[in-house]
Amino acid sequence: MIAHLPALQVVIPLVSAPLCALLPAGRPAWLAAMTASWLAFLIAALLLYQVLAHGPISYLMGGWPVPWGIEYRVDALNAYMLLIVAAIGAIVASFGRTVVEQRLSLPVNKHPWFYTAYLLCLTGLLGITVTGDAFNVFVFLEISALSSYALISVGRDRRALVAAYQYLVMGTVGATFILIGIGLLYVMTGTLNMGDLAARLPAVSGTRTVRAAFAFLTVGTAIKLALFPLHLWLPNAYAYAPSPVAAFLAATATKVAIYVMLRFFFTVFGVQFSFETMQLDKILLPLSLVGIVSASLVAIFQTNVKRMLAYSSVAQIGYMMLGVSLVSVAGLTASISHLFNHALIKGSLFMALGCVSYRVGAARLERMAGVGRSMPWTMGAFVIGGLSLIGVPLTAGFVSKWYLIVGALEKGWWPVAVLVLATSLLAVVYIWRVVEVAYFKPAPEGLKVREAPLALLIPTWALALANLYFGLDTSLNAGVARLAAQGLLGGAP
Amino acid sequence: MTPESLIVLALSIPLLGALFIALNDRRPDWREGVTLLASLLLLGAVLSLLPVVAAGARPSVDLFEFVPGFPLRLTVEPLGMTFACVAALLWPLNSLYSIGYMRGNQESHQTRFYVCFAVAIAGTVGIAFAGNLLTLFIFYEALTLSTYPLVTHKGTEDAMRAGRLYLGILIGTSIGFLLLAIVWTWAVAGTLEFAPGGILAGKVEGPLVSVLLALYMFGIGKAALMPFHRWLPAAMVAPTPVSALLHAVAVVKAGVFSVLKVIVYVFGIDFLRDTGASVWLMWAAALTVLLASFVALTQDNLKARLAYSTVSQLGYVVLGAALATSMGVIGGSMQIVMHALGKITLFFCAGAIYTVTHKTEINQLDGLGRVMPFTFGAFLIGALSIIGLPPLGGSWSKWYLLAGAADAGQWALMGVLLLSSLLNVAYLLPVAARGFFVAAPSDALAVGGPPLAVREAPLACVIPLCLTAFGCLLLFFHADSLYALLAPITDR
Repeated sequence: MIAHLPALQVVIPLVSAPLCALLPAGRPAWLAAMTASWLAFLIAALLLYQVLAHGPISYLMGGWPVPWGIEYRVDALNAYMLLIVAAIGAIVASFGRTVVEQRLSLPVNKHPWFYTAYLLCLTGLLGITVTGDAFNVFVFLEISALSSYALISVGRDRRALVAAYQYLVMGTVGATFILIGIGLLYVMTGTLNMGDLAARLPAVSGTRTVRAAFAFLTVGTAIKLALFPLHLWLPNAYAYAPSPVAAFLAATATKVAIYVMLRFFFTVFGVQFSFETMQLDKILLPLSLVGIVSASLVAIFQTNVKRMLAYSSVAQIGYMMLGVSLVSVAGLTASISHLFNHALIKGSLFMALGCVSYRVGAARLERMAGVGRSMPWTMGAFVIGGLSLIGVPLTAGFVSKWYLIVGALEKGWWPVAVLVLATSLLAVVYIWRVVEVAYFKPAPEGLKVREAPLALLIPTWALALANLYFGLDTSLNAGVARLAAQGLLGGAP
Repeated sequence: MTPESLIVLALSIPLLGALFIALNDRRPDWREGVTLLASLLLLGAVLSLLPVVAAGARPSVDLFEFVPGFPLRLTVEPLGMTFACVAALLWPLNSLYSIGYMRGNQESHQTRFYVCFAVAIAGTVGIAFAGNLLTLFIFYEALTLSTYPLVTHKGTEDAMRAGRLYLGILIGTSIGFLLLAIVWTWAVAGTLEFAPGGILAGKVEGPLVSVLLALYMFGIGKAALMPFHRWLPAAMVAPTPVSALLHAVAVVKAGVFSVLKVIVYVFGIDFLRDTGASVWLMWAAALTVLLASFVALTQDNLKARLAYSTVSQLGYVVLGAALATSMGVIGGSMQIVMHALGKITLFFCAGAIYTVTHKTEINQLDGLGRVMPFTFGAFLIGALSIIGLPPLGGSWSKWYLLAGAADAGQWALMGVLLLSSLLNVAYLLPVAARGFFVAAPSDALAVGGPPLAVREAPLACVIPLCLTAFGCLLLFFHADSLYALLAPITDR
């Protein structure tokens, strides 16, 4: 059983997905989805434990040896990613059933399909992360992407449909580019296994085909991870999706795309080719800096709080890519630990907003007047998430920011360090706009708002407390991230 | 109990206190009982550390590994001990006063008030005992955030604006400058420990020393060095016990304490003197001292005048540190203690006046001294201590600062100090003088009621302010033990 964990990681949610569709609407479908999510989380935790204890795991699908079969390869980096995705999945799935279903635009008898789509999305994201086969990455990418279009489109706001359509167009372009890149690599090397690719690519790295493959993969993953200026699909998608979906996608989907980028640049192409021959860091650095500044500025002027958080996500992705462009252990540690920390941050923020919009009906700023007093627990979680986003010490967000500044200073990039700190202050501004409205503006007359039900508060607070816990004990979020960063810079996993 | 466990205890008492205060939300008497009990326990814990540190021990405890390689470390040394004593001594008095004030003025959200207050005290203890720069930074931010709800306590539009300024300046400077300075220090020195004699000597050179110093000094926004002082007068919208907390017990004191700590244990005064990197800071501080005094002269609102007086008095501490002589540093450290007791007396008096008469402007105080003799008597004592007249504690800190300036050969700065004392006389004494010597206007108090009846604030307000005034007097006679405690900090 233990030996098959890498396969089970994907198979359990994959098999549960059609099962959900067959179950009657209401509790059974939800229970199945939640059980599958928690099982996936358990498996991810076991995998990470095994990898940390015994080193990387290689699992051959169906027992087929490598050049023919698909290899699942788990090292510190993807075990860490699996844990992030599965943990967020499990917590989001535990978000109160009746509440989630109330926010959908589907008729009741179609609700099980929502869980099916969610489980497929989870399957796809876990699959991308666990596999060691380049084509397999594309397959899972499509599974997760198609199901996430469906998840976004069921938001109650009619604009969710347009948002999902925009995402569909951009996402398909991105996936196609990735497929073209992988195809070109296959043409040149005759293999799809990442380990083999890494071994064979240096011999042909001078060719134009490989460079083209590199370019396609760069742009494709950049669309998927919403790197500025390819981020335009993201704000609408997050703003109009149901809150739990926004929480899940914001915390996992772009992170997994960043993982794919890291995997291709560092493991498959290698540091030498990506950053010395192709000089990728010279492109990533300015884009991430501009992204951080512009998205933070735009976030300040949003009146839809979900949209504000979406722009903030674009800025945070900028921080992660900034860490990558430093090409150092400290920089990569910052990026990888920010994958984890930002998942906690955005997860708790979006879920707190989910609680708010459940009670007041919308996540617009003016509707939040006075909720600080009427929903103290919800807004408490929001404030904790917000502080972590700003990067206040003793929260998870501080840890990644610390490494990022250390990394920038190691390189002697003063202006970058200053910019990172200055943009943290922009985060103060947009978070505090919400806090002020919620705590200082009097609630509108006659509107009675009650605290969110416990079924929502418990998962929200679980994430909020995780923000505090991982700000204190950084052995998991920063410690494993450091291991993964060393693994990436030290060559193949 | 070992000194190490006492340190942990000192940090956990206010935190546990906050928890129990929150649990007693619906029982005001219990809630305030817990506040008083916690404050007395903290005082006990801190005072039992005092002889250990005075004997030369430097107990240290690592709470946990924060970022790998950076433990959250608490170390007690004389400077921190002094600051912790000030905070621990004033918390019980302030709590007693808060009970009188908050009940007397029927303020809302009192549980939130006491909880945040206790958390702020925990942050202060953490700052006082911080063993490295990162620990200091963490508790510094915790103090900013926990005092935000206190500053905005009234929840009005004004309070919100003040809170925005408060948070904006304090978080802005600390993240924008202080954190950068800390990471820079780590990058060049490879350590963030506070070490006698400093850690930067020989690691930074030339004008960069001044730049780094500027990042620290302006990064510590709580020290209210101009031009980053605006948050302090703005925060006056808060209830008076909060003002006392900001001005005397915790916040600004945490700022100037951090300044001293950075100059003594990170730069090292020898290094600063040799490089001359702190000369600009002397003048920036002197400018703050004088300008803030002039502004104070123009304020008619009593609390606003006291606030600018604080900005000016904090300049003394920064000035003492910038002199980079041991006399200057000791004078600056003493100024923390002396100003704390003096200023808390003045704020307690201002609050007592407000509780009884709801008057906030100085020109409304005519004749009130005869109605509230204890309050105005205490005000006079506090004012004299801040001016620096014997036989009150404030005279010693001014004395050592003058001696420090003389050591450094800065004759012009001695002139600044003397001029500033005159300005202090000009803006503080008229307040007491109006109370005692100007006849009350005929309409307000004289007509209708018995003209000279004594009408003081609740006892819970009057007792603390008499005690702190008495403390000012006491400090004059016991300054030698304070000097003996502080003397070792500039030894290598």
